[in-house]
Amino acid sequence: MTISATRGALAAVALSLSAFAASAQENPECIAPANPGGGWDFTCRQVGKSLQDLGLIDQTMQVVNLAGGGGGVAFAEVVNKRNDADNLIVAASSATATRLAQGAYPGNTMDQVRWLASVGADYGVIAVAADSEIETLPQLLDQIKADPTSVSIAGGSAVGGWDHLKVLIAADAYGIEDVRSVKYIAFDGGGEAVTQLLAGSVQGFTGDISEAKGFVDSGDIKVIAVLAPERLEGEFSSFPTATEQGVEAIGANWRGFYAPGGMSDEAYDAWVSKIGELYASDAWKEVMAANGLAPLDLQGEEFQSFVSDSVARIQSISKEIGIIK
Amino acid sequence: METLANLGDGFAIAITWQNLLLALLGCFLGTIMGALPGLGPSNGVAILIPLAFTLGLGATPSLILLTSVYYGAMYGGRISSILLGIPGDEPAMMTVLDGHPMARKGLAGEALSLSGVASFVGAFFATCGLIFLAPQLVKVALLFGPAEYFALFALAFMTLGGVSSTNQAKSAFAAALGLGLATIGVDTQTGVPRFTFGEVHLYDGLDFLVAIVGLFALSEVFIFLETRHGGSDAEGSKMKIGRLYPPLSMLKQCTPTMLRTSFLGFLAGVLPGAGASLGSFISYSMEKRLVDKEGTFGTGDPRGVAAPEAGNNAAAGGALVPMLALGVPGSGTTAVLLAVLLALNITPGPLLFTQNPDVVWGLIAALFIANFMLLAMNIPMVGLFTRVLMIPSRILMPIVAMVSFVGIYGISGSTFDLLVMIGFGVMGWGLRKLDVPLVPIILGTLLGNAMENNLRRAVTIDNGNWLTLIDSPLAITLWVIAIIGFILPLIVGARVKARMHARRDEEGSISD
Repeated sequence: MTISATRGALAAVALSLSAFAASAQENPECIAPANPGGGWDFTCRQVGKSLQDLGLIDQTMQVVNLAGGGGGVAFAEVVNKRNDADNLIVAASSATATRLAQGAYPGNTMDQVRWLASVGADYGVIAVAADSEIETLPQLLDQIKADPTSVSIAGGSAVGGWDHLKVLIAADAYGIEDVRSVKYIAFDGGGEAVTQLLAGSVQGFTGDISEAKGFVDSGDIKVIAVLAPERLEGEFSSFPTATEQGVEAIGANWRGFYAPGGMSDEAYDAWVSKIGELYASDAWKEVMAANGLAPLDLQGEEFQSFVSDSVARIQSISKEIGIIK
Repeated sequence: METLANLGDGFAIAITWQNLLLALLGCFLGTIMGALPGLGPSNGVAILIPLAFTLGLGATPSLILLTSVYYGAMYGGRISSILLGIPGDEPAMMTVLDGHPMARKGLAGEALSLSGVASFVGAFFATCGLIFLAPQLVKVALLFGPAEYFALFALAFMTLGGVSSTNQAKSAFAAALGLGLATIGVDTQTGVPRFTFGEVHLYDGLDFLVAIVGLFALSEVFIFLETRHGGSDAEGSKMKIGRLYPPLSMLKQCTPTMLRTSFLGFLAGVLPGAGASLGSFISYSMEKRLVDKEGTFGTGDPRGVAAPEAGNNAAAGGALVPMLALGVPGSGTTAVLLAVLLALNITPGPLLFTQNPDVVWGLIAALFIANFMLLAMNIPMVGLFTRVLMIPSRILMPIVAMVSFVGIYGISGSTFDLLVMIGFGVMGWGLRKLDVPLVPIILGTLLGNAMENNLRRAVTIDNGNWLTLIDSPLAITLWVIAIIGFILPLIVGARVKARMHARRDEEGSISD
């Protein structure tokens, strides 16, 4: 143990140095376009760890946090400076697509990078406190319809962000005319939003299953709708979908990766097959189950067209509700 | 008694050779990272995550390593605050106020060892609080809605008066400047970018670390460049180091301070969205209000060193409460730790204590061990750290400049941040010349966003009704404390002012 600790100390020193010496080594690199601790960071770290555990990559995946502009800084960096890097992947999600759709990455479009593969999807949920009188999604939406000022809904994204859009999609599908009257309160992350639901400051919560899971297990909140096409499997099967309650709303926060636009076909195919292999593994199924990730198995061309579809769809929703012109 | 039995099990898990070595390694690396300006606890933990994965550590050993780094960095942040007047990270900022003047008086050794003890006391009580109160304290966090958070931040700013300058107007100006800088970035309540000029790097606002390193470290370098002709090379060697252990009388004087601020800091840490910076800030300003009868705070009062150090280390322990019990990170570092837990397939949340007791109690036991290790490591190392003061400025200052640039670039990887840092450096240089205190600027930038967002959340939730801000007993209590804290000094101010005038002549340069 002493030896490995010494080695560990050396490794640690080397790692801290490598953080300084803008990484000259050949380790595969994953850019998380946010500070440590968020969803993108989780995607990079979890996938990096699993790829290494499965022996699909020899070296440790180096996770680089390149925060700023809601992913825009990383996107611009990849497009402008790392365009032909073969050893680089970048974590992305619906939030990336949302911002690309709304033109929130100035001067950048989704065609400038190559979309690799998805590793799962986190379906949206709408929840209320356990002691709330509201039991179903139509009840909540009726209340909003009758008096929009009486219901505040908390979410972890900024106004116009994905958590906000999910409620608006549901409200729109239910026939609420002016969806902008829906009162949405932006918090710093889903965790804070759930806490405020428990504290009684707000009446509803919009977020992802993974954010709500712990509180559902403890009986503090109840999920009144999951925005999935059909009921999920396993422990989540008790959540009613919005569709079965007559509200045609589907909202999945997919998680996946893109690669630099100038990546060689060889490297692109290698990454696609590695992530595909990871996705098919039992180890990844366990990770997905533990984190409330639902299946979304798209690689290469398929994923590329999926992202392009969702960008187009978000663009039309955002126009409809007046977030962009 | 069940708690003690659980804790016993925790120690059984934590005390293995491997875990002890990991804790030692974590404490050491954490202290170094905390001391380097630019590298704070959250980056320190993030940098070491790959190490935990590479070594193939399980959940408990990984957490032991990473929380040791966390506690270590909280200890280490004070070192550069005291010796150089440059905070190693955000929470160590308040330590500059009295720590650096102490070092200038030739009491660097006392300041370092005293702050080490204060850190220990704060962290120790916070860990105890974590054990016995975690489930109950979660309810305290739930009492805080947006209105209460706003009142809490308002309280912080209203007690700011005179925290770092004898000139109240300059303090207020500095705080306003910081609040103004905090508005840069995308406004989350409307999704509209403010003052970003289409520059995507500014969408998330200004990075506090960049601001701190620019304002404190770079401006120090600029000042040095300007004055170097005055034979300041010799200044370093003239500096006295002082004793390596704090005298008993000093410890005795500071004990009540440490206990009070441990409590306050712990509470601030428990509230998600308040965190260690607010903990050390409130600890300092409340303590100043309470015991600073002679107006010695800000001139190298040992209590002014003990207060923020006990406060911020207690807040670090407190921040683990919402992280473990709610799955909600109370600070940047706990957000990183949360990500690690998730990567290890452990979901923090209300059921963590019942579902993964081995992880929770092993972690808590490790915190105790790390805390004792840090005390044992830090006190003897005081002698080593103080050698920094022997380095002549002409060698030290280029090193400070280099560490600043490399540190900021290493974390953000963007040249834009370097330009922002230089901008802050020039601003800091100008403000020092005008004798404007720098600490309130950082506080404004650090807390301004959260304060504004909570105000707007509260008012939006209540459909534009501003009375919602004083709608709960807790909010009213906070407002009352804030108003007393604001008005009381004005009443007793005249008396204090006379004393301060007498003092100002002899110690005119305290605010730089």
